[in-house]
Amino acid sequence: MQRIVIFGATSGIAEATAREFAKTGASFFLVGRNAQALGDIAADLKVRGAASVETRSGDLSLLDTLPTLCQEALSSLGGIDVALIAHGTLPAQQTSTWNARNTLEFLQENVSSQVALMSELRLIMMAQGRGTLVILSSVAGDRGRPSNYIYGSAKSLLSTLGEGMALELAPLGIKVLVVKPGFVDTKMTAAFKKGALWASASDVGTLIFSAIRSGKSGVLYAPRFWQLIMLIIKFAPSFLVRRM
Amino acid sequence: MAVSPNLPRASWGNYPAEPQELQLLRTRHAPLPLRDGVSHLPYGQGRSYGDSCLNTGGVLLGTSALDHFIAFDDTTGVLTCEGGVTLAAIIDLALPRGWFLPVTPGTKFVSLGGAIANDVHGKNHHSAGTLGAHVVSFELLTSDGQRRPCSPSENAGLFAATIGGLGLTGLITQATIRLAPAPSAFLKGQSIKFGNLDEFFALSEASVPDYAYTVSWIDCLGTGASIGRGIFMRANIASADDVVASGVKPRAGLPLAVPIMPPLSLVNQLTLRPFNWAYYNRQQAEQVDKLWHYNSFHYPLDAISHWNRIYGPKGLLQYQCVVPRADERAVSRALFAEIAKSGQGSFLVVFKTFGPRVSPGLLSFPMEGATLALDFPIRGASTFALLDRLDAIVSEAGGRIYAAKDARMSAGAFLHAYPRLEEFRKFIDPRFSSNFERRVIGK
Repeated sequence: MQRIVIFGATSGIAEATAREFAKTGASFFLVGRNAQALGDIAADLKVRGAASVETRSGDLSLLDTLPTLCQEALSSLGGIDVALIAHGTLPAQQTSTWNARNTLEFLQENVSSQVALMSELRLIMMAQGRGTLVILSSVAGDRGRPSNYIYGSAKSLLSTLGEGMALELAPLGIKVLVVKPGFVDTKMTAAFKKGALWASASDVGTLIFSAIRSGKSGVLYAPRFWQLIMLIIKFAPSFLVRRM
Repeated sequence: MAVSPNLPRASWGNYPAEPQELQLLRTRHAPLPLRDGVSHLPYGQGRSYGDSCLNTGGVLLGTSALDHFIAFDDTTGVLTCEGGVTLAAIIDLALPRGWFLPVTPGTKFVSLGGAIANDVHGKNHHSAGTLGAHVVSFELLTSDGQRRPCSPSENAGLFAATIGGLGLTGLITQATIRLAPAPSAFLKGQSIKFGNLDEFFALSEASVPDYAYTVSWIDCLGTGASIGRGIFMRANIASADDVVASGVKPRAGLPLAVPIMPPLSLVNQLTLRPFNWAYYNRQQAEQVDKLWHYNSFHYPLDAISHWNRIYGPKGLLQYQCVVPRADERAVSRALFAEIAKSGQGSFLVVFKTFGPRVSPGLLSFPMEGATLALDFPIRGASTFALLDRLDAIVSEAGGRIYAAKDARMSAGAFLHAYPRLEEFRKFIDPRFSSNFERRVIGK
């Protein structure tokens, strides 16, 4: 039975991943902003087979509270086998409305909070000598593009940090998984027109679940074909990327 | 405010193909996102064939994210979940714990809310009635902001109106149903060839007492003495011992799909005759013992995603009627003769007898008698004229057409066939409507 803490547990991909783990009888500590949504998810996971579900609602951009939150999760679960960091926002990036203040605010919610949690969980897992740390990044971090470079740069920091930690912690038996989903049909992207490249949150959740179960460490493109797409985009000439 | 993507094709029959505005609901706890000056309609998985799931010019309230389970007691089989949970998700949850849907339609890719709103039936109608008979209660959220618990003993009128009420009475936020015990994922029974309608009715009468599930496939091109020839399937849920004894292993089906819409219907005179001939003659023996996985017994078409595309961009009309038991033989014969004469019709014609159990909904479709369901590729006026002729035969016999599959019956035919329509009207939410409602029910 695995003990799982999820930050941003109401995100579509996090919920889909949790549903897979619930079937195996896992225990959960769920953190999110919306208490009512957390309550719905907790009831759902219990019906699906979760052994126990604890929830905490709180604002993950309050950095001072995060170490205590991690310790609470640790003592509530009696150990952390999997930690999934899934919270984040997708800004409607418009050059006219971006300024220093809202960019830094965005980075607080989408980088600082995640980095603080990764640091804290790294220490917890090193002390345990085991565990899997999963960070939800994005293919958007692979190359800066005019349409979403602020979101992308936040994700590229998380990807690089995660990749480095994966290599650093491998000798200790600790796994770090950087998940880079492509287009995923979730609440975050409800406004977008969907085409053939779109995956469902449940597809991505299943991929994350299998990667964790098989002990994968490092980068996971979800679905896998995004690895090829991003390889092409990374090497595409600037005059093409300018339009993306 | 959430966003409203446009849905180009929003019903399973792809007819009528009118763009729809979809507003996804995020949580069952929020008030309805009502928009001034337009009407609203709950929209689950869009598996209704006709226009009962469409609301052109209004807003569809999408329930796909209302997909949470709320409670399940695996000692009694009582399940509570949100209205957007699919029947497939319920099976995945419940079958490993020994429970199955008490009643299931021919696809599991529908929402529970939609299944209640159409009071669906299945191959066990003669033994279990409609799904509505297994609904313990539900919560209905209406445009006045009220949440009403509904059950046979509380808000009973609204309960009866909402079961089979086509989503017009409000939004089913959550429902509690009683599942049926299922010791295995398989069904055990026989597949039996029959040469004509009399043989069908004899088989049906002999099978109904001993088999929970019966259904037949009929070759709609049979004429003369072979009118109504086909294959009769009857089964009960297999015991775990039956499955072990047979040595079958559940296999995952191939991921089949119709990836694109062909420019015209692939169901036509050239394909229909050979398919039906082959389907009927594939089984050599009169009677074969069978052990079906529930997917191949209940949901053969679910194995091919987007199978509706084979009917091409003009779409398909599904036709399902029921005729009362008294004249079922003569009337069925007349219907099959009319279809055979037209040369139209589909690969799979489904025929079965409904039992006497009364459905709880004011607009529930089933009645005791024989029911026939088939698809027609839309070939223009001739297809509509054929269905009007079938309507006349059904109407004359005191039968009725299934609203969940209809896109063309007349308001008169509906009123004639559904005597409790007047009673139903007073339960319609004033801010809800659908294409079907405007076309057939009226205000």
